[in-house]
Amino acid sequence: MKKGHIIGLGIIAVAIVIIITSIGDASTYESFSTAKEMKMRGDDKPIHVVGELKKSVAGVVEGIEVNPDKTSFYFMMVDADGTSQRVFYNEPVPPDFARAEQVVVIGSYRTEDLFVADKILMKCPSKYQETEVSNAGI
Amino acid sequence: MINTFIGNLGHFSAILAFVSALVAAYAYYQFTVVPELEKPSWRRFSRISFYVHSVASFAIAISLFEIIYNHRFEYFYAYSHSSMALPVHYMVSSFWEGQEGAFILWIVWNVILGLVLIHTNKFWEGPVMLVFALVQAFLVSMILGVVIGDLKIGSSPFILLRDAVNAPIFSINPDFVPEDGTGLNPLLQNIWMVIHPPTLFLGYASTLVPFAFLMGGLWTKRYSEWVRPALPWAQFSAMILGMGIIMGAYWAYVTLNFGGYWNWDPVENAVYVPWLILVAGIHTMITYKKSATALKTSMVLIIASFILVLYATFLVRSGVLGDSSVHSFTDLGLSGQLLIYMLFFLFVAVFLAARNWKHIPTSEKEASVYSREFWIFIGATTLALMAFQVILPTSIPVWNAIVESFGGISNMAPPADQVGFYTKFQLWFSVALALLTAVGQFFWWNKMDAKKLRETLVTPYIVSVLLSAVIIVWGKVFDLSYIILVIAATFTIVANSTILFQLLKKSTFKLTGGSLAHIGLGLILIGVMFSSGYSEVISHNLSGLTYSNSWEDELNKEHVLLWINKPTQIKEYTAIYKGRHKKVVGVPGYVSANILEPTGNVNEALALDDVVVRGRTYHQKGDLVNIVLEENDYFRIDYFKDEEYQFTLHPMSQYNENMGLISSPDSRRFINKDLYTFVSALNDFDDPEWRDDELYEVSPGETFYIADFVTTFEGGEVVNELPGVTLKEGDVAVKAHLVIQDFGVEKRLSPIFIIRDNQLGKIPAIDNELGVRVEVDNIIPESNQFSFKVNRYQKDYVVLKAIMKPQINILWAGTIIMLIGFCVAIYRRYDEFSKMRDKGLE
Repeated sequence: MKKGHIIGLGIIAVAIVIIITSIGDASTYESFSTAKEMKMRGDDKPIHVVGELKKSVAGVVEGIEVNPDKTSFYFMMVDADGTSQRVFYNEPVPPDFARAEQVVVIGSYRTEDLFVADKILMKCPSKYQETEVSNAGI
Repeated sequence: MINTFIGNLGHFSAILAFVSALVAAYAYYQFTVVPELEKPSWRRFSRISFYVHSVASFAIAISLFEIIYNHRFEYFYAYSHSSMALPVHYMVSSFWEGQEGAFILWIVWNVILGLVLIHTNKFWEGPVMLVFALVQAFLVSMILGVVIGDLKIGSSPFILLRDAVNAPIFSINPDFVPEDGTGLNPLLQNIWMVIHPPTLFLGYASTLVPFAFLMGGLWTKRYSEWVRPALPWAQFSAMILGMGIIMGAYWAYVTLNFGGYWNWDPVENAVYVPWLILVAGIHTMITYKKSATALKTSMVLIIASFILVLYATFLVRSGVLGDSSVHSFTDLGLSGQLLIYMLFFLFVAVFLAARNWKHIPTSEKEASVYSREFWIFIGATTLALMAFQVILPTSIPVWNAIVESFGGISNMAPPADQVGFYTKFQLWFSVALALLTAVGQFFWWNKMDAKKLRETLVTPYIVSVLLSAVIIVWGKVFDLSYIILVIAATFTIVANSTILFQLLKKSTFKLTGGSLAHIGLGLILIGVMFSSGYSEVISHNLSGLTYSNSWEDELNKEHVLLWINKPTQIKEYTAIYKGRHKKVVGVPGYVSANILEPTGNVNEALALDDVVVRGRTYHQKGDLVNIVLEENDYFRIDYFKDEEYQFTLHPMSQYNENMGLISSPDSRRFINKDLYTFVSALNDFDDPEWRDDELYEVSPGETFYIADFVTTFEGGEVVNELPGVTLKEGDVAVKAHLVIQDFGVEKRLSPIFIIRDNQLGKIPAIDNELGVRVEVDNIIPESNQFSFKVNRYQKDYVVLKAIMKPQINILWAGTIIMLIGFCVAIYRRYDEFSKMRDKGLE
């Protein structure tokens, strides 16, 4: 076998390892119910859940409980299927958290009732989409 | 009054630029294919059309800047990206904050590069400029803003606000012009954001140059000659792109609170990947110049780097990244156009390469293990695999989009722990790279065989093992993979330094580019290993609070709550939060927000006390002072060690109407480490919810407790004048003097009690920092006592995260050395090219 072939095979082998690990390490988007099923099966892999913060009828965000030392908090989140879930996040409340239009939590269930987020991504009302023009100066 | 002229000028220029780019493309095509005799007239025509295109492109940029500079808020772009209060250098940032402005920047850079190429090349002008003109046509089409039927081509930055938004005001008054814009994203109000985007876009633009030379070479069947003129440009492009990436990383480090300089965010990955491929391409091109191998590999890599830049643009600007990135743009409806742009050049490149593939010269002989070609090829392969490993997971959202467009369902998400995921591969690739750069350099400059290799490498090997032993022991690197990384990085530094000194002794500095860049790489690896691998969160919460559910106690609390004035332990330091501060124009340092009362005008405040910094009085009590961006709050935190004052940091937060709260770090720079701190949560005392009334009856001179504050009632004083209140004949005004102690800080509060014709008036005294509001409820003459009504809120606080980042300066030093290496290499290769050109050979 020529050296070129060995190198070629080596490259292909590394590429395959990369592809397999990428697929293996890739997370998935789940709903709270499928995430809970995963936990029941003993699968602790962190997953993504997309949803919104729970709001009262008046549109006020409810269910945020900040711990006394203010370095962690609980909140209520509703996923796309409408399931509400209590979520714990071991970080201070991100600024503007209550204004988020959409929240993505990355984490897993700790117990049957509690989802622990390792990371939170928020989509805030972006200034690029601002369509209201203030009436200042009329 | 609405000024439509400038917008029309800009829009017209865009159309002219588009048409002239197409004309220039056609003309350069003709110029290249016509017989020698007709060339001069086609050349003149081509150049004129490209000059027209250049003028039109500059006119687009100037029109847009004029709109921003003169605050023409009747235009959507100015309204949504700038504001009256913005200083000129940030107006420059507003220019490219929007996608349209970024495209204009790209267009202008391409024009400048094109003009340089026209005047530095002879044979290559025709084919290279044809590629340029085509690229320009695609880029200008992004800002064209032409609608044909249902088809919208490009998004124009010159649309009026009234056409862009549906606001009722415009139906009442179509000529309505808002008084102020919505301002620039505060994260971009940073000096690095003024220079980072132009640098990055120059990097993007310049990847076109080697690609254009390659396309020209394939088209005109000069399969190998393109390498010489393309090489210095490929190096220039890699240098600028690398600089842009580093500036972005540095900007992230100093303004964002992500906790570091690199986060493996898709947007970062999207520029890192083409850079790696371009660097790989440079290496194979250099081998080709030396020994006529790896020409096909070079072609593939140069095509890939250009297409990957377009792919990066597509990822960032098409909205496909959606929620997987913190800073991707929203879709402007350009994703289709971007896709066509990318696929067009991918198709053309693959077509030209495939058609000529069998004519491209290759070297038949197998490269020996003791040849430099072999080792450089392995190095280029490693770089390409590194790029592949990063681009694959970054493209997961694209994969989902493709599956969904065929009606399937794909719920793949990027890896949950991005940093860990990428690091586990990139670390080992870097080790390989470091070893290859060390060995490769010896092969490069010397003829090698097994015996000679051993002899040459043994000294650098021993030196680097000893050196890394010192680093490992002194830096306490006890992780096996990090130990290997240190050895590999030290090895490349030592080996390349050896080569560097040999070269400097023997010949000129002109040949040292490679060894310098590789020394830079070694330093970068060591710097990254220490600053990221050994970055340590030191702000553990030691408050001793425990929760009812015990599992939470086991979690690491990586933030610490600092109550105002209260000393709190952060590792070896004692930190004391000293309240909010502002920056005032003309005053060095920071001024306490306690003595600044907002007047209601933008960035203006009334000084409630003399503004004194380091013994010098800058403003008197009662002066009006100008604040530098009033929405910025700087939180003063003093650090002590063993009771001795060390330093003060001022992490910042900014309240922005559109973006909410934004927090920026402040770092204490030591030579061997950075203490990086930022505020992660803060008290909102704009509208405090006061707790229930507490009543205290105290005599003058008496000391009592409000919460845990020792409070002394010094006594009451009848006053004849009160600021803001006119006292009438017969009125009695009493000012009570209270002194509140909080961790050695004395606060004086003076509530006022007024009696007028049996009516009572009470002016409370409020201290926001302590969260105390005191009112004189009554005066009891019988017992000579005052009755105080006290309401409390929480004391002011910040939640702080502090991270120690060791040896980060080695990283910055490494990047600078690497950039210098690139510059030396560019100089050398450009020199070679221009000598050949002047001989009439190219």
